[in-house]
Amino acid sequence: MKWKFLLPAAIFAAVAVAFAVGLTLDSQRLPSALIDQPVPQFELPPIAAIDDGDPYGGGFSSRNLGGGVALVNVFASWCVPCRVEHPQLMSLARDHGVSIFGINQKDKPEDARAWLERHGDPYRAIGADNDGRVSIDWGVYGVPETFVVDAEGRIRYRHVGPIMERDLTGTLLSMTAELGP
Amino acid sequence: MIAELGHFALILAFVLALVQGSLPLAGAHRHAVGRDDGGWIAFAGPAALGQFVFIALAFVALTALFVGADFSVMVVAANANSQLPLIYKISAVWGHHEGSMVLWVLILALFGLCVAVFGSNLPATFRARALGVQGLISAGFLFFMLLTSNPFARLVPAPADGRDLNPLLQDPGLAFHPPFLYVGYVGFSMAFSFAIAALMEGRVDAAWARWVRPWTLAAWCALTLGIAMGSWWAYYELGWGGFWFWDPVENASLIPWLVGTALLHSAIVVEKRNALKSWTVLLAILAFSFSLIGTFLVRSGVLTSVHAFATDPARGVFILVLLVAVIGGSLVLYALRAPALTGGGLFAPVSREGTLLLNNLLMTAAAATVLLGTLYPLLLDAVGGPKVSVGPPFFNATFLPLMAPMVAVMAVGPFLSWKRGDLAGAFSRLYAVLGLAALVALAVWYFYRGGPVLALVALAAAAWLLFATLAEFADRLGLFCAPWRDSLERARRLPRAAYGMTLAHAGLALVIAGATGASLWREEHIQSSLPGDAVTVGGYEVILEGVRQVEGPNYLADQAQFTVRREGREVTLLEPEKRIYAVSAMPTTEAAIRTTGWGDLYVVLGDASEDDSGAWTTRMFFTPLVVWMWIGSLLMVAGGLLSLSDRRLRVGAPRRRKAKRTSDLEKETA
Amino acid sequence: MRAWAVIFLSVLVLASGTQRAGAVEPSEVLSDPALEERAREISQGLRCLVCQNQTIDDSNAGLAKDLRILVRERLMAGDSDQEVMAFITDRYGDFVLLKPPLKTGTLLLWFGPGAILLLGAGALARFYANRRRQGSAGDGGAAKPLSETEKKRLQSLLKNGGEKGNNP
Repeated sequence: MKWKFLLPAAIFAAVAVAFAVGLTLDSQRLPSALIDQPVPQFELPPIAAIDDGDPYGGGFSSRNLGGGVALVNVFASWCVPCRVEHPQLMSLARDHGVSIFGINQKDKPEDARAWLERHGDPYRAIGADNDGRVSIDWGVYGVPETFVVDAEGRIRYRHVGPIMERDLTGTLLSMTAELGP
Repeated sequence: MIAELGHFALILAFVLALVQGSLPLAGAHRHAVGRDDGGWIAFAGPAALGQFVFIALAFVALTALFVGADFSVMVVAANANSQLPLIYKISAVWGHHEGSMVLWVLILALFGLCVAVFGSNLPATFRARALGVQGLISAGFLFFMLLTSNPFARLVPAPADGRDLNPLLQDPGLAFHPPFLYVGYVGFSMAFSFAIAALMEGRVDAAWARWVRPWTLAAWCALTLGIAMGSWWAYYELGWGGFWFWDPVENASLIPWLVGTALLHSAIVVEKRNALKSWTVLLAILAFSFSLIGTFLVRSGVLTSVHAFATDPARGVFILVLLVAVIGGSLVLYALRAPALTGGGLFAPVSREGTLLLNNLLMTAAAATVLLGTLYPLLLDAVGGPKVSVGPPFFNATFLPLMAPMVAVMAVGPFLSWKRGDLAGAFSRLYAVLGLAALVALAVWYFYRGGPVLALVALAAAAWLLFATLAEFADRLGLFCAPWRDSLERARRLPRAAYGMTLAHAGLALVIAGATGASLWREEHIQSSLPGDAVTVGGYEVILEGVRQVEGPNYLADQAQFTVRREGREVTLLEPEKRIYAVSAMPTTEAAIRTTGWGDLYVVLGDASEDDSGAWTTRMFFTPLVVWMWIGSLLMVAGGLLSLSDRRLRVGAPRRRKAKRTSDLEKETA
Repeated sequence: MRAWAVIFLSVLVLASGTQRAGAVEPSEVLSDPALEERAREISQGLRCLVCQNQTIDDSNAGLAKDLRILVRERLMAGDSDQEVMAFITDRYGDFVLLKPPLKTGTLLLWFGPGAILLLGAGALARFYANRRRQGSAGDGGAAKPLSETEKKRLQSLLKNGGEKGNNP
């Protein structure tokens, strides 16, 4: 009979535990809905030519993926955190030999090229996603985002936000090593 | 200098809070076991006064820093700049986490002081215990502030100018809505302290209920006003006439409100019939507990919301520890002591008490439902489940069906007598009301054929509640039965609390009607307009005359002129704006609204067209009955205030005479 | 009279259901009103992931606008409402739905309120039953019988006409 009076305290205890766990979670980051699925089919043109020049980046499509482990990075010149993560991308490409492909989202060709010229170009190929459709197909909801694609062309992991130093050593490198060459 | 003084004042307040939180409680305990002369208990009042004085000093210091635009203080630099108008420099004092915490403890100390000063009718030990609990809570929050959220922290080197206060907050409605909310949240701490004190004493009776009511009522009035202000602000500021979004932080204010309303009604039963004691004590504990949980949700980053302050997990941990101590401690005390709170008058299920109990059931179920929906994403995530989001569709599907029976019962309850009510008798007086409600339903069906059925049901329910409330009032006065002189006499002698109830219930009926019209019958038109284009909306003809640039104190705006005609005659000029604030470069839209009893004409200026046609996107809405929501809310607050001013509550129950022990009696009569 | 006319006129242009148009641009509006209506309903059920707690119908964000256009494109291509929703949830997960789908993970959510109400009603019923039993069991809620000393005190009180300030 007396136990019913403990009910409020017991319910609160459960809620408090949930809060404690909640503090360790990151409510801002969404897991990708495409984990373990094959990459979406897409085809992106290279960054447009300026005046009489040549297009830049070579274009990027689903055919590029599936030969080996690769990273797909969504970026833009107008995106401030992209600048923050750029050194890590350069390091991945140059020092660790990871293949990185770029999706340039809703960017003006001049701006994108100038940005890459100034900060460096870590990408094996770049596709220009001018209307944002391909980003939507990848389930992208913010910039930057980086996907890890395995040798069979399946998405295995998504990193939301800029890649910081600790993400580099912590997750990405071990993942790329794990998934093979 | 001022900042350091303010900081020191907070530290002194903390020390005094510790004193207030320890000595009176220890003194009361010693008194209970017969070992104290009241010396320690006497510390409660002065400590409460001192604590309030020092926190008030700190608050004044912080305000002075903001008004003086002292950017060497971190929070000032982060939330204000030199171009900010004075009124917003003041409201910026609480427009951020640290400052709002100072406001929180200020109100906490104020309530404690009020009890110390105005609670002379309370028994000394009880008052000491209540103040002691207040002191402990205050000490906890002050410690939290001093450790993690010091409002007086310096910024070195000081910047030349500060960042801007979020332009959305630069608005009179929103600037002053937090203080009202905090009076509400913190006000419930008084009921909480009274409940803990009662559990410590091991006794709850009618006198206790009478002491608790005024404080709870005051807090409830403030909370109702605060929520209504927030809703009103959202309506006119956010640009499309919505007023409630079931956002986690909105829910965090609704849950204490629902529990507080249940508490008010439950306390009536304790007072009148000495029943439902342990349940009412639990409600008193829960009302403040949910206020605390709301504080945690907003400041810890556990839930995402447009309202949330900048998040910091370290703060979250601290608040969680505070939560566990206060809520966990009080609920354990409840589990230990509440079983002894038995007895009380019997009553039939169909009776005044029965309907109040039913109200409690539905209000609590509603609060639990909103809590479930708000916390569910977190709970599921915590156990490793998928991420889901719970939005308005869930709440509308679950909360509204709970409100329907409540509205139905609310109308009948006041007609029933205590102990055992006569349902048939009550209904015989309600047939006319039923007829009126049916008439309203018919009118709605006729004029809004093709509209949602929900609107019909909701408006009929609102009519049922409104007319029943008025009928009960008329019944009390004997209107249309007794000679009018008798009715006048009865009206004079009717206690204010009765007027309060009538106003509050009628106000709720208006709120329901207004909310129904505003959400289900809203009409909208979006178009690209050139000067000279006319749009017909809500029976008005709205014509764009042109768009020009205007300059405000700290912003630049595109302002449109719209002429509004009805039946050919010009009615008014509406001038909505799109503003860009200078410092933050944040845009806001200011709608232009024409309010009438039947609905609002709401006009918004969008973006200029990207080609050079000179066209602008314009949006026009007509929201029927929306002003009834604000009027209804004010009526509810007025009703609460009226009840608060009832002399019976202020005179209070007489001093509880200490029950003479049997041994004393033997001595007396031997 | 004029008020009724206002309402009557409103009815002519009224569309049923909730209307919110916080951010829809005129250029996005479809020419087919039935399709546009469906687009609005669907948009109001989708969460904008960039700005917290707004639907894509209300949000100014770029992603919201792209999704609004996408929803309309799929509708014009002939998708049903469910197919359009599935298109979006395939890419963004269930989180993007404002109305949580009924799955094993959300059973507690959807049946919770009803369960709470039933539990409460049950507690209420038990409360009344207990009280009835208490009442009929004998003492009818009355106090314990007085002791001898208390009876004597009662006599003296009645004789002396009660003490000062006893009653409210």
